[in-house]
Amino acid sequence: MTAAGWPEARMLGRDVRRREDAALIRGRARFVDDITAPGMLHAAFLRSPHAHARITGIDVAPARGMPGVHAVLTLADLRPHLADTRLRVALPSPAYRLDLHRPVLAETEVVHVGEAIAVVLADSRALAEDAAQAIGMAYAPLPAIADGVAALAPGAATAHADQKHNLAAEMVLAYGDVEAAFAGAAHRFRQALHIHRGGSHSIECRGLVAIHDPLEDRLTLWDSTQTPHAARRLVCDMLGLDEARVRVVTPDVGGGFGPKLIFYPEEVVVALAARLFGRPVKWIEDRAEHFVATTQERDQAWDVELATDAQGHILGLRGSLVHDHGAWTARGINVPQGAVSAMPLAYLVPAFRMEVQVAVTNKVPVTPVRGAGQPQGVFAMERLLDRAARELGIGRDEIRRRNLVPGERMPHATPLRTRGGMQVVLDSGDYPACQQLALDAACWADFPARQAAARAQGRYLGIGLANYVEGTGRGPYEHVAVRVEPSGRITVATGAAAMGQGTHTMLSQIVAEQLGFDMENIAVVSGDTAAAPLGIGGSNSRQAVLAGSSAHVAALRLREKILRVAAEMMETAVEDLEIEGRDVRVKGVPGMCRSLGEIARATAGLPGFALPAGLGPGLSATEEVVIDGMAYANGSAVAEVEVDVETGAVTIIGLVFAHDCGRALQPRLVEGQLMGGIAQGIGNALFELMRYDENAQPISTTLADYLLVTATEMPPVRIVHMESPSPLNPLGIKGVGEAGTIPIPAAIASAIEDALAPFGVRVAQVPLSPVDVLALIDPEAAR
Amino acid sequence: MNRRIRLTVNGAAREAETPVRQNLADFLRFTLGLTGTHLGCEHGVCGACTVLLDGQAVRACLLLAVQADGQAVTTVEGLAGPDGTLHPLQQAFCDHHGLQCGFCTPGLLTTLVAFLREVPDPSEAEIRIAISGNLCRCTGYDTIVAAALDAAARMRAP
Repeated sequence: MTAAGWPEARMLGRDVRRREDAALIRGRARFVDDITAPGMLHAAFLRSPHAHARITGIDVAPARGMPGVHAVLTLADLRPHLADTRLRVALPSPAYRLDLHRPVLAETEVVHVGEAIAVVLADSRALAEDAAQAIGMAYAPLPAIADGVAALAPGAATAHADQKHNLAAEMVLAYGDVEAAFAGAAHRFRQALHIHRGGSHSIECRGLVAIHDPLEDRLTLWDSTQTPHAARRLVCDMLGLDEARVRVVTPDVGGGFGPKLIFYPEEVVVALAARLFGRPVKWIEDRAEHFVATTQERDQAWDVELATDAQGHILGLRGSLVHDHGAWTARGINVPQGAVSAMPLAYLVPAFRMEVQVAVTNKVPVTPVRGAGQPQGVFAMERLLDRAARELGIGRDEIRRRNLVPGERMPHATPLRTRGGMQVVLDSGDYPACQQLALDAACWADFPARQAAARAQGRYLGIGLANYVEGTGRGPYEHVAVRVEPSGRITVATGAAAMGQGTHTMLSQIVAEQLGFDMENIAVVSGDTAAAPLGIGGSNSRQAVLAGSSAHVAALRLREKILRVAAEMMETAVEDLEIEGRDVRVKGVPGMCRSLGEIARATAGLPGFALPAGLGPGLSATEEVVIDGMAYANGSAVAEVEVDVETGAVTIIGLVFAHDCGRALQPRLVEGQLMGGIAQGIGNALFELMRYDENAQPISTTLADYLLVTATEMPPVRIVHMESPSPLNPLGIKGVGEAGTIPIPAAIASAIEDALAPFGVRVAQVPLSPVDVLALIDPEAAR
Repeated sequence: MNRRIRLTVNGAAREAETPVRQNLADFLRFTLGLTGTHLGCEHGVCGACTVLLDGQAVRACLLLAVQADGQAVTTVEGLAGPDGTLHPLQQAFCDHHGLQCGFCTPGLLTTLVAFLREVPDPSEAEIRIAISGNLCRCTGYDTIVAAALDAAARMRAP
């Protein structure tokens, strides 16, 4: 793909090489588990085997006496050193009905399998794990809540013994006169849906190394997190420390996908343990723990209804959603809120009312996983549109065409509000045009002939379509400081956090465009609270938009200063100068140049001498470009599938993903993000299911039970780009980290339903295993 | 209980004491300090810990270190040439964006080194099957497959 967005640029929009690869490809990267320190102790957590139980006894004596064990700590041991024993991390909302701040360690009651109760510090991880198993625990099991809908039934047992009900939060998102819209509608379509999403399963699990320096009383926490600045603030809050005493730094991070933006009990315990014992402490989560201790997304039960006129124009949308929240509020209610908000976004929906109930269950807390509720909202909307199209006898593409927000309406102010109360304004794009790109690339118009030919051979092909609009680049800002060192090297320090997306490449590219075009001359420091005073970190497909904008503006300011100082030093005009590599040169005059290093030294100043060009000291620029409005990206996915009606197996024959993320800074990084998301979307459609039994015992707790997509399940994917620059940021970009996941389950569900139309199948859930598909084809035979 | 083992790692003779219950991955990472081999699941599914044991791709999380006694192990650190030149697979992974976070990459490289030795001119489908025991959550695999095809072609070139 060419640099359509920046025809004049040398770096932006180009397929530059990834800066990150050099160390990773040789096995020389530094992930958190690669860090060791002299005298380091290893932590292992004792976790609850019960979904819900009262703790009636903890006997740590047998564990304390074991070889190599230095300490066994419960909440009672930690409490004197904690400013607070609970993690208060809930995003603000008036919707909460219960305060569910999780404890650092469980003390009197456990409310999900995997909840941490005690920590062992030992000479090795193996010894620590042995000792954790030797802790004598006595439990009195209590009724466990395994299902969100059941949690809210009258008379249901409570997931927390001290709470009166299981309603964590409730809210209504509404605008327009929904009653009138439905009363006057020619048609109504009502649908119950069950949507499951699973975990993130970054291949690197979570991990921590805490090192306390007693000389200066400073704690360094190496943390595989997406949000190091938030982690520092919470460590300081919990331990009662000033921010100057705590540094949180992310080493290389082996994937994030959402759950690593959460602050966890282990972060408090490991940090405190290192301070208490004066020795480095490491904790590395294993996969078995990841399944029960790292947050995930899970089940939502939707009951939704669409009202249209006789031609299929949407008049109103209403319904309700029950969201399984898990046992604690580990982030907030942003997943169901995001799900419901995503539902109408691509379409003109005059009236809307969704009631959301957030149910407490005895399971791992739910927090955003790549997509953060939006795949569910899109699934609900697209299922309704397919239903309406079928019953009205119009094409699935046509009903969408009639309702998508047209390009000429941009920017389009919707009545919706973001979680921060800001109006949702679709800033740019042409959704019908994007849908058409997808349809054309998928040869949608020819599909009936392909389908008929296959049917004649006894094969069942289907095609499906889904649209999405995604709010990306959630503000308010990201910190970036660009500095030219006396060596002429450029450093870029940011509060953004890299986790594999190519953040260092992206920032190097943006800065290099203004400061010499040499990415190798730029060193990026990310995810380190000691390098950036402020930071929000990685989430909400935000870092290219926010950190990218700050880097761009900082580099432009620094460029101006460099040129003005160089102009004075060389007694020439700014317009005659260019920055190339590590030099500022007079255009067309070989040899007339000053190095960036010389300019940096000049601006550092000498006692008694004036600074050059009458400008301030130093050769650096810091920016926190504030962008409140979100940049709305959009796209359309078309899936073509074949269903084996004997086995229930679904084969995706091909997938088209047409999307608009504004200008693509680095097209291959964009495609990489999309492809990873698409793979996860396929998993959500067909494979990924976090199972619990009726007692809320997790039963898919290995990667042999919980299936991630592998290379053999990936279909041919064609990505088609549209570029509608966002007016909200100086680069015109939109985020792309989550987009791939969002429409895929809806598109595949639509295609399966189409393939199985001869059987009258209606798809109302994802994921769909072969067993589920067979049950759809023949409910009797599947019993 | 500990035992002393001798083995060849990336061409160099190594000798070290290991707890008998320590797996080969932990031995490589923590006893020998070769942290390029990564652990993603510790139950043999994700393939991140794959190393070559006498040329065969094996899961270092499912082998005890003592089982490697007397054998030759190759890890990701041993793939580049003595002068630092990247193995054609490593180069192709960089060229094709075959990695994002890079955590699964060492296991994919070692898996493919063994596979291409056996099947020097594979089809795309054969490559997909060859790496179907390696989980990657970032890339969606297509760039990895492209890298493997390209590397195979480079390695076949005279």
